[in-house]
Amino acid sequence: MSEALIKDYGSPGRKGYSLPELDVVEKNPAESLPEGMIREEAAKLPEVSEVDVVRHYTSLSNMNYGVDSGIYPLGSCTMKYNPKINEDIARTPNLTNIHPQQKEKYVQGSLEILYELKEYLAEISGMDEVSLQPASGSHGEYVGLMIIRKYFEKKGETRTKVIVPDSAHGTNPASATMAGYNVVEIASNEGGMVDLESLKAEVDEDTAALMLTNPNTLGIFEKDICEIQKIIHDAGGLLYYDGANMNAVLGYVRPGDMEFDVIHYNLHKTFSTPHGGGGPGSGPVAVKERLAPFIPAPVLKKEGEKYYWDNDRPDSLGRVHAFYGNYGVMLRAYAYIRTAGAKGLKEITENAVLNANYMKHKLKDTYELPFASDSLHEFVLSGSRQKKEGISTVNIAKRLLDYKQYAPTIYFPLIVKEAIMVEPTETENLQSLDRFIETMKVISQEIEEEPELVRDAPHNTVVRKLDEAKAARNPDLRW
Amino acid sequence: MRYISNTPAEQEKMLQEIGADKVSDLFQAIPENIKFDRSFNIPAALSELELKELIKDKAEKNLDLSEFDSYLGAGSYDHYIPAIIDHLIIRSEFYTAYTPYQAELSQGTLQAIYEYQSMICELTGMGISNASLLDGASALGEAVIMAGRHSRKEKIIMPETVHPAYREVAQTYGKPHGLKFVETSLKGSSSNYKEIKEELDGNTAAVVFQYPNFFGTVEDLAEIARMLENHKKAVFIVVANPMALGLLTPPGEFGADIVVGEGQPLGNPVNYGGPNLGFMAIRDDRRLLRQLPGRLVGKTEDIEGNTGYVMTMQTREQHIRREKATSNICTNEALNALMAAIYLATMGKKGVEEVANQCYQKTRYLKEKLAEIDDVTVVNGDNHFNEFWLKIETADKSLEEIETKMCQQGILAGVNLAELTDQQGLLVSVTEKKTREELDKYARKLEVLLNE
Repeated sequence: MSEALIKDYGSPGRKGYSLPELDVVEKNPAESLPEGMIREEAAKLPEVSEVDVVRHYTSLSNMNYGVDSGIYPLGSCTMKYNPKINEDIARTPNLTNIHPQQKEKYVQGSLEILYELKEYLAEISGMDEVSLQPASGSHGEYVGLMIIRKYFEKKGETRTKVIVPDSAHGTNPASATMAGYNVVEIASNEGGMVDLESLKAEVDEDTAALMLTNPNTLGIFEKDICEIQKIIHDAGGLLYYDGANMNAVLGYVRPGDMEFDVIHYNLHKTFSTPHGGGGPGSGPVAVKERLAPFIPAPVLKKEGEKYYWDNDRPDSLGRVHAFYGNYGVMLRAYAYIRTAGAKGLKEITENAVLNANYMKHKLKDTYELPFASDSLHEFVLSGSRQKKEGISTVNIAKRLLDYKQYAPTIYFPLIVKEAIMVEPTETENLQSLDRFIETMKVISQEIEEEPELVRDAPHNTVVRKLDEAKAARNPDLRW
Repeated sequence: MRYISNTPAEQEKMLQEIGADKVSDLFQAIPENIKFDRSFNIPAALSELELKELIKDKAEKNLDLSEFDSYLGAGSYDHYIPAIIDHLIIRSEFYTAYTPYQAELSQGTLQAIYEYQSMICELTGMGISNASLLDGASALGEAVIMAGRHSRKEKIIMPETVHPAYREVAQTYGKPHGLKFVETSLKGSSSNYKEIKEELDGNTAAVVFQYPNFFGTVEDLAEIARMLENHKKAVFIVVANPMALGLLTPPGEFGADIVVGEGQPLGNPVNYGGPNLGFMAIRDDRRLLRQLPGRLVGKTEDIEGNTGYVMTMQTREQHIRREKATSNICTNEALNALMAAIYLATMGKKGVEEVANQCYQKTRYLKEKLAEIDDVTVVNGDNHFNEFWLKIETADKSLEEIETKMCQQGILAGVNLAELTDQQGLLVSVTEKKTREELDKYARKLEVLLNE
C-alpha cells in the first residue's frame, strides 16, 4: 500500500479553499514596493480539493501508529496514554484565542493556570523557581546549562567543563556544546552507575556541572547520589538533573532533595502531553533560589491577585523563544496534574515501576539482562544472545512491528551492546504487558527455528524494511 | 488515578511474580535519608466534570480575540484557519505518535514531513528544508551558529529591523560560540544599507535580514545581494514571513543561503505564542547540508522496491554525534509542521497567493485611511506587506491613553512599540480576516479620538 504525494492529487485550477471576496479597492503592489520584489511565478503548491486533502491525510494517518493504536514501549520516552479531555481543554476558545502581544490584564485566566503549573512543578521537583519558556526537553537542557554559565559569569569564575556519564541521553553532551562547554564523558561501573573514582578523577575547578539522569537510562537509581553531589559541590560545581525519567520517582524522591541545582522537565513525557509525531513538547526548567536570577526573561510573577510578566531581569540569560514557550502543551500538563492530584502522581510512578519490573522479570530469561541492579520505570535488555544466532536487535524491533506493537528504543544506551530499552509506562494494562512479553518470547523462538522470518522483517507493514543507506547516500529531500 | 488500569488484585499478582511484598519495596535503591516523606502540596484529584468546570472558571477571566477587533501582529498573526486542519490533526495516529524511529510503522508522519519540506522549499525558493525547529526565533539562533561554523568567521550583522525578540534569542544562542553581534540602525522603517555596507568585512560570518522586516517594510533584498557579491564567505540569512511569500519574490531568488522563520501564519492559531514552528531552508549545497540542524526526511525504497520515507542524514544529530552534533535539537514541532503542510495543501497555489494579496490590499487600505488623519504618520510610506508603523504625534494624549481608549471601543489598535523596542508608535497588523467595515471603523474611531 502506498499513498501518492499530495501534489499528485492535483489538477490545474482545482481549489480546496474559500475566502470572502476582497472588499477594498485593489491596487498594484508593484507600485509601492522596491523593484523586483513581487513574485513573478506562484509557488508550485498543490492544486487540490478539500476532499483530496482529507482523503490524503486520512490515508497517511492509516499508515501510522500512535499510543492510541497500542503499546509504545520506547525507553526514556514515557509514551503513556494522552487523555482526551486534555485535548478539549487545550482547545477552549477563550484560553487559546489569545494573542501573545495582548496585555496581561486580558489574559489573567491563562496566567493563573501557568502560575499554578509553575508552583506544581516547583513542588514536584523540590525546587524554588521555574521557567516555562523552553519548548522541548533539549531546549530545557540548553537553558539549564546557560543558567549555570550565567551563574559562574556573575561569580567571576570561568569554568569550561561539563561532565556526562557514558549512559547519558545524546542531547546532554549536545546541549553542553550548544552552551559553549567542553564535554567530558565518564564511564559507568559494573553496576551500570556512575563510577565514583572516575568521577573524582575528572572533577576539578574547571567543572561547571555534572549532568545526570536519576534513575539513569538503564532505569537504575544512582544510589551513591549523596556522594556524587558532594564531590561536585565540594569542587564548586553544580548538579544538573535531566528530567526525562521523572516518571520513575514522583512522590518518592525529589531532585531538589537530592541536592540537584537545576532540572528540566519533559511535559510531553511525565505529564502525558501528546508527542505529535515528534513535537511539540515543552521543557520547563526548575532551579534552586541562588540560580533564580539567571532564568530566561520574562518571568511570570504574582503580586496580590494580579499575574504579570517580569521583564526587569538584569542577570537573565535572555530569551530562548519569541514568546512564552509552548503554552498549548502547558495547558494539557496542567489538566493532567489536576486530574492526578497529589496522590495520583505517586500512583503513576508506582504503577510505571511495577509494570516495568514485571516485564523485566518475565523477559530476563529470554533476553540477556546486562545489569542486575534494581531498576525502576524502565530496563535495558541486550539482544547479544540472539546476535549469536545471526539476528540483530534491529531485526527483533522490526519483527515486533509485524505483531502490531511498537518497538522499544534500540541501540541505546550506548554502553549496552544490542540494547533493547523498554519503558511500558503505567497506562498499559496487564493484558497489554503480557501480550508484549509473549511476542518477545515468540520472536526469540522464531530466531531459533526460522531466523529468516525475523531477519527479513517486517513483513506485514505498509512498506517492508527501508533502505536507510540509500536515503543517506543520495538524499532525496523534496519533490 | 483514572488512567491507570491495574487493579489491586492485578498489582498483587504482578508483585508475586516479581517476588516483592509491596510496591514500595521496588524503591529500595533510593536512600532513606533523601526519600520524600510527605505528600505533595498539590490539590486532590479532580473528576473530568470538576476539571472542566475549573478550567471554564479560569478561562472566563480572559478576554480573548473574539471580544475585540484586533490589529496585533509582531510575529504572531491571526489568519483564517480552514476547519479541516484540526479535524485531520486530531486523528490520533498522528498526534499520539512519537518521533518516527520505526519508519515502517510511521510512514504517515514521514511522508507528511517530506511533503512539508517540499512545500517549504517551493515557498521560499530554496533547495532543502528541514523537518522544523522549535520556533522562528530559535531557528534564527540555530542559523547564526550554523553561519559561524560554515564561514569560520565571527561577526553577525543584524539590523534593528529584525524582530527584537529574535535578536535577543540569536544573541543568547550565538554568544557562547564566540559570535560578535553588530546591530545596525534604522533608516525610517528600513535598514540602513550604507551602515551595513560599511560593517561588511572579511570577518563577517552572516548578515541577517527580516523580510518583511519587523516594522512591516519590505527590504530590498536585491540591493543586499549586490552588496554581498564581494563578500562570498558571509552567509546571507533571511528571516521570512511565509505568508508574505505568497506575494513577494522568494529569498532563494536573491541568493539567500539560509531562510528561517515562524511557520505559525500557515494554519496554526495564535495560541498565546505557542506551540509555533520554526522553519529552516537552505541552498542546495552539500557543505551547508552537513551543517543543518534538526531532522530531515528522505525518500527511499524498501527491499521490494516500493517507495518509502525515512529520517536521514542522522549523523548530524545528537543521538549519533553527541557533543559533535550540529545542534542539540531532538523534539521539534512535528504536529505544527503537519498543520502548516495541510494549510499549504488546502490553500494551494492560488489560495496562498490570494491570502497574501488580501493581506496586502487590506493593509494598504487601512494605512491610506489612517495617513489622512492629522497628527498621524505612517513611517513605512507605501512600502509594507501586512503590517505598518504608525506614529501619532499629539501634544495632549499619550499613546497609552490612545491605546486604552481604542480598546474601550473594542479595538486592539496595535502593538505599542515602546514595549518591545526603543521606538515610539504602534505596529498595526491586518490580515485577510478584516472587513472594510472594520477597517473604516478603526480609522473613524481613531480620528474622533484624536480630535476629542
